[in-house]
Formats: sequence, C-alpha cells, structure tokens
Amino acid sequence: MVELENVAYNYGGGELLSDISLRLQPGSFHFLTGPSGAGKTTLLKLCYGALVPTSGQVRLFEKDLREMERDDIALMRRRIGVVHQDCQFLDHLSVSDNIALPLMVAGRDLLSEAANLKELTGWVGLSGRATAMPPELSGGERQRAALARAVIMSPDVVLADEPTGNIDWEMSQRLLRLLVELNRMGKTIMIATHDLALIRAAKTHVQARVLRISNRRLQLAGADL
Amino acid sequence: MAMLERITEFAVGDVQADRVVPPTGFTATLTLFTAGAMAFLAVFALALSLATGRLADRWGSELALSSTIRISAPAGELAAQTEAVLNVLNSTRGVASARALTDEEQKALLEPWFGPDLPVETLPIPRLVEVIETREGYDADGLRLRLAAEAPGAVLDDHTRWRRPLVRAAVRLRLLGWASILLIGASTAAMITLAAHAALAANAQVITVLRLVGARDAYIAQAFERRFTLRALMGALAGTALAVVAILLLPPAQPEGGFLTGLGFQGWHWFWPPVIPVLVALVAFLATRMAARRTLKAMP
Repeated sequence: MVELENVAYNYGGGELLSDISLRLQPGSFHFLTGPSGAGKTTLLKLCYGALVPTSGQVRLFEKDLREMERDDIALMRRRIGVVHQDCQFLDHLSVSDNIALPLMVAGRDLLSEAANLKELTGWVGLSGRATAMPPELSGGERQRAALARAVIMSPDVVLADEPTGNIDWEMSQRLLRLLVELNRMGKTIMIATHDLALIRAAKTHVQARVLRISNRRLQLAGADL
Repeated sequence: MAMLERITEFAVGDVQADRVVPPTGFTATLTLFTAGAMAFLAVFALALSLATGRLADRWGSELALSSTIRISAPAGELAAQTEAVLNVLNSTRGVASARALTDEEQKALLEPWFGPDLPVETLPIPRLVEVIETREGYDADGLRLRLAAEAPGAVLDDHTRWRRPLVRAAVRLRLLGWASILLIGASTAAMITLAAHAALAANAQVITVLRLVGARDAYIAQAFERRFTLRALMGALAGTALAVVAILLLPPAQPEGGFLTGLGFQGWHWFWPPVIPVLVALVAFLATRMAARRTLKAMP
C-alpha cells in the first residue's frame, strides 16, 4: 500500500530523515510522534507523494514514486486522504462544496453523490454547517470538515497531520473516534501528533503502532497501546 | 469532428470545474479591458489595411490604363495641334480611346485651387487629352516621337512618374496595417499571459488544495484557460462592437473625399470584424494554456 525503504530526505543542506523504512499494511493504525521539527510532516508528505526522497524508495500502491508522472500522483491522491493541521480549504466555496471537492476534480456528478455527501456531512456532525463558508467554522469544525473531505472518495489510506493541534480535548476525542471508526471500516490510518495524551486515549479504542522520529530515524516507540 | 467536439466541450465547460477558481480579482478586469481595447484597435487596423489595399488596387489598375497629353501652344494653334494629337492617337496601337477634355471639365479640375468663377477662356491654359489604353498598352517612347513630329506642343504624361510612389505607399500602408494587427495580437497575448501568471500566483493556495485532493494539472489549467478565454471573448466582443459602430459613423466613401472617407469595410470585407473576437479568444486560450502549464510544471 504505502512503503518506504531506506528513505532519506535532505532539507536546508542537512539530512532531516535518514534510513527510514516503513510499511503501512491495509487496515492498520499508526501514530507518528516526535518533537516539533523532527520531520513528521515531511514523512507524511513522502507517504502521499508530495515530496520525493533524496535517496531510497517510496512505493505507493506498488508503484515507485520516482517513476510516477504528475497525473499518476494526482490519481493516487484519490486513494490517500490527507488531513492537514491548517485544513487548507477553498474559502470561496461552502463547507459542503469543500467536502465535495475531491468528487468535483474527479469529474463525478455531484447530484448523484448528494446522498453520500449529506450522509458524510452528518457523520462528521456538520449537517447544520453545510452552507457555511470555511472562515465561519471553529477549529474543531474545520478539522471535521477536512476529515470528511479526506474520506469522501473512500480512500484506502487516511493520513492526518496534527489533526488535533488547534482544537480542545473534547473535540480531539470526537475526531479520534471518527478516525477509529474509519479504521474499523478497513481504512489504513496514520496520525502524526506530538500529543501523547491523545495516543494514550486511543489505546482504549484501537490497536495502534506508535512510531517515533528521533535523531532523523524512525523507531518503534511502543506496541499494543 | 473530434476537434469540433473538443471546442464545444470547452465552450460548454464544466460548471463544477469553473467554480474551483475564485471568480473575482483584478486580472478579470485587466483581461476584459485589454481584450476590448485590443479588439477595438484591431478593427481599425484591419479597416485601414483593407482600405489601403483597395486604394492600391484601384490606383494600380485604373491609373495604369490611363494617361494624359498636355498641349501647350499659342491660342491660334491649339485647336490644330489638338486635332493632330487626336489623329495620332487614333492611329496608335494600344490606345483604346482618346478625347480632349472640354472647357467645363478643365474648369472643374482647376476649381478646387482657383474657385468656381475661373475665366478659363481668357487664360492660356493647356488643353488636356485623356488617353485610355488597351490591356496591352502602347509604346510610350514611339508615341512621344510621333507627337513631337505632329504636335510640338504636346507632352505625354503616362502617370508612371507619380503613380508608382503612390501605389508603393499604399502597399506599404497596407503592410503596416497587417503588421499592426500582428503586434496587437502579440500584445494581447503578452498582457493575457501576464494576467494569467498573476492569477495563478494569486491562487497558489487554491492550486495546492486542488492537487491535494487529486486534481490533475490539466484540470487545473483548464479552469484557468476557460475563464481567461471567455473573459477575453467578452471583452473583444464589446471592443469590436464599439469599433464597428465608430466605423459606421464615419462619413461614407466619396470620390472627392479620397482615401479618408473610404476607411470603412466594403462588401465581403464585413466578414472580418466578427472574426476578431474569435481570434482574440484563441490568442487568450493559447496564452493562458502556455502560462498555466509552465507555472504548474514549475510548482512543486
């Protein structure tokens, strides 16, 4: 699905990540942790083809990232949903349209997807906010809208970068429950976070691997949470 | 057929795709204004080019077939020499017809300079003889020799001396007109390229989000291409319409007005103004396409 083999990534003249090997198995749940600036976001970007490694190999759905054309990467992104800490919405479109954006760019007919869209908007608890514009949303609402957008194409993998960074504990728990629910549906989940409390809270719901970036390398921080 | 389908598909567009790029921005006004102004100028350059083309053709054909003989002689000999000149012309191969201008016609020729009350009969004005050639033409040197023998006061002016620079000037003017149209096209492309670059730069965040959710570069480029092409088409339609109205308001073509009153379109030349908005839209499409693809390729 997503495989990294002896990957290194240089940034600003120095090596940010070194000798990283990782395999995301179907249906698995991962936490990626480490101090700020350790390279968590970079590693996530390598996992969805936004960055190309300096050395080593990244394989996405059995294809070598280096051999992929831009169009291949675009199509692959429809199979990997991404949630950013800053969410990145199109502010001129409503929440509902932003959630439906992956359908639009894939050329799907929104009318025939209307029921799915409504159901998904309800699932993340934004039924009453569907016509709102993104700047009107709270931090938690933005994260849930971003999660809905990430999963509307029913991707195999969901990558979330500090999804609880800007929201309170209660909202973090709500978001975590949605991600766990997705995992139970068979989706592969990887969450980059430095929030250890979130990881501890997750252990009551899911079997997750916790990976830690330390000194540019990836280590298994703890199994069977 | 496939091309036609693609053009129709592009014109009809994808309503969903059109919405992903924010609708407003200074580039919208810039594109509309540029396309309108350039179309306006293009219509005038086209009118100038076509009018000078007509003028060059007319001077080239009509004047090439006519010449003048000027007879300067004492009053007592003028009629005899005119008669001799007409006799020579009637027996000259390549002359289709020849006739002496009447006093009224000569008076009319001088009227613009001397006024309507010129007493032609009291002035020593040379007699003019109009000569119309056949397509084959006559031997000018041979005719001059015969005229010198039969009517010493007769001078043949076959118009070549002043016709050539005029025709050359008209042809140059026509070329300048076409060159102006090309420059207008290039300027339009440059302005729209700048506007497209500005729009792409201003929407870098939008592009990042679209890529994040799986949009292909062709999809993103097309959203910009369509927007700029349609804006340019709208602007060019307005500019062309204004220019056509302005041309229609010009005085109609009159022989006395010469070149300046014949600046509009005539006959099938009216086919050209509607082509200008289409060409502007095509230029906008190609300029935006190149700008978008280049920018997207350069973006990480």
